[in-house]
Amino acid sequence: MYQYTETDQTLIDERVNQYKRQTKRYLQGEIGEDEFRALRLMNGLYIQTHAPMLRVAGPYGLISSKQLRMLAHISRKYDKCYAHITTRQNIQFNWPELENVPDILADLASVQMHAIQTSGNCLRNTTTDPLAGVCIDEIEDPRPYCEIIRQWTILHPEFAYLPRKFKIAVSGSEQDRAATQFHDIGLYLVKNETGKTGFKVLVGGGLGRTPIIGKIIRPFLEKQHLLSYLEAILRVYNLKGRRDNKYKSRIKILVRESGIEQMSKWVETEWLQIKDGMEVSEDRISSIQAEFKPPLYETLAKQDAGFESSKTESSAFNTWINLNTVTHKISAYRAVYVSLKASNSPPGDITDKQLDAVAELADQYSFGEIRTTHRQNLVLADVKQADLFALWQKLDRLSLATPNIGTATDMICCPGLDFCALANAGSIGIAKEINEALDDIDYLHDIGELKINMSGCMNGCAHQSVGHIGILGVDKKGVEWYQVTLGGSSENDAALGKRLGPAIAKNKITQTIETILGVYIKQRQDNEIFLDTVNRIGVSPFKEAVY
Amino acid sequence: MKIIKDKKIIEDNWSHITDDDAISLGNITISLSRWNDEKSSLSSHTGKIGIRLAPSDIIEDISDDLNKISLIGLEFPAFTDGRSFSHARLLRSRYDFKDEIRAMGNFMPDQVFYLSRVGVNAFQLNNSDQLEAALSTMNDFTVQYQASTS
Repeated sequence: MYQYTETDQTLIDERVNQYKRQTKRYLQGEIGEDEFRALRLMNGLYIQTHAPMLRVAGPYGLISSKQLRMLAHISRKYDKCYAHITTRQNIQFNWPELENVPDILADLASVQMHAIQTSGNCLRNTTTDPLAGVCIDEIEDPRPYCEIIRQWTILHPEFAYLPRKFKIAVSGSEQDRAATQFHDIGLYLVKNETGKTGFKVLVGGGLGRTPIIGKIIRPFLEKQHLLSYLEAILRVYNLKGRRDNKYKSRIKILVRESGIEQMSKWVETEWLQIKDGMEVSEDRISSIQAEFKPPLYETLAKQDAGFESSKTESSAFNTWINLNTVTHKISAYRAVYVSLKASNSPPGDITDKQLDAVAELADQYSFGEIRTTHRQNLVLADVKQADLFALWQKLDRLSLATPNIGTATDMICCPGLDFCALANAGSIGIAKEINEALDDIDYLHDIGELKINMSGCMNGCAHQSVGHIGILGVDKKGVEWYQVTLGGSSENDAALGKRLGPAIAKNKITQTIETILGVYIKQRQDNEIFLDTVNRIGVSPFKEAVY
Repeated sequence: MKIIKDKKIIEDNWSHITDDDAISLGNITISLSRWNDEKSSLSSHTGKIGIRLAPSDIIEDISDDLNKISLIGLEFPAFTDGRSFSHARLLRSRYDFKDEIRAMGNFMPDQVFYLSRVGVNAFQLNNSDQLEAALSTMNDFTVQYQASTS
């Protein structure tokens, strides 16, 4: 993975010192509340319901074992011994003290990590496919481009006070695992008719209050123009994006109000004037690519005999292999999902002991690297078949082997009313209740692939509008209610869920989910997954059963 | 009133004329709309002329007049409005404006570093007690990823 140069390290060290001085001036009353708010947000620090919340950047979801150990250390020293993985592949701490944050940032900087621009109206952490570099359907590894974008975004002087936050995702494979179409800018690595690799550029996608699927602004962009094209889009947005209403300030609203043709005209006009001065050279690309070269895989048989027999002997292991691991581009290896969706802990949370243990397992079995996923799990991307049984046993002892990846209990869930100042309703409690109701493993596996996303308010941090089942907490005169949508997807077949009907009372929500699943089981054909059944029969049969 | 210019704290030697004030002698700044209305009569003005731009003003609109202008003032009604950062960058890199670009109004000392990176070389803060703090933030970073506009 990418290792910091002296310049990278100097920059984040200087950032820590800058923030240390800012915090001191704030505590001495020399910086006002509003001003400090903007400064702390751009260092990842929110003030939440109970305490500040610090969001640490996981650049395109890639973390080393050394970094994971530091996160464990931070959770012990400054927090309550756990961390939370977010839908943007970042890591959150829910209980740091404001005064301690400069020290936390210094600890992070010591392992090449930071919290720069993880919040605020600026360029945020770039996200990508958690299986980048190892999946079988890859056109090209997106991570080198993510790193090039990371460097361009960090402390960009022109785009630090945008109308609103700005998120970029890059996907390098056939199957989109990065919700690329729901980003302010979505980049797909594609080949043109001459076989040259470049980017298909989408703009104006987003979730939140107004979910919109991104529109293609350029079907093919040559790689050397990546940064100039991004800069052109950002300049148009910075100058023309609405600033009168924060709910209409995202670039998706500018694209919707002006139309993609007009947007494209503005961007192309701007781009033509800057593109020649900002080319990314082939040398630069190849030197960054060299930082992401594959690890030293062993030359092994395509099928390990011990692995095959373990699958036959242990049905639990076999189930875990089927659900929590995926095929690797090197046949003798598999990529392993570490499930952070055990029934007894909030979705996406991981304790200090688990963090340390996963770091150890990564060192032992997966070249010391860990990825975070946008569905709030972890991935050990390079595990030999022969090691899978031992790894499974160890993960199981750590409660990190719940065989539920891609199933109903692999929910995306925001912190909800329990932690977040914005939330209208609880989400962690509902997730637990649904999880318990679907506890029967055979039932869960019979339902199969199902993405349930649940947010505690319409800001939609848990992407409920693109869940196969979306659950949105709303407040009705101080009482928590839940709106249910069906048929959303954030993958290639991107779609927004359709509303089932009136909001459901809190004590009826789990029962409603069970009813919906009952309709699916009755109506499904062959091996049809839930989403396909909804798309075929529509929402009505579900609605009739629920209301 | 004191300002920062070219990394030094100096006395401001410009008069900032509102749209209702009479034009005075010497170096003056006026709004873009006043410039557009009184351009011809101002050609005989003794003293330098500067134009103050609001974030919503379009930079292209003054591009033909830049040779008659010795200062562009970028007004900050709110520090969160980042449009002037792009205006400064365009003035320097696209329109090759060499004279003073001054940030004016409600911006933070902590924005001075970024502003200077996009080409602003003078800073007129609402609260001039903060000029020292602003000056010190200009040295916050010795490295950067993006090219600067000088």
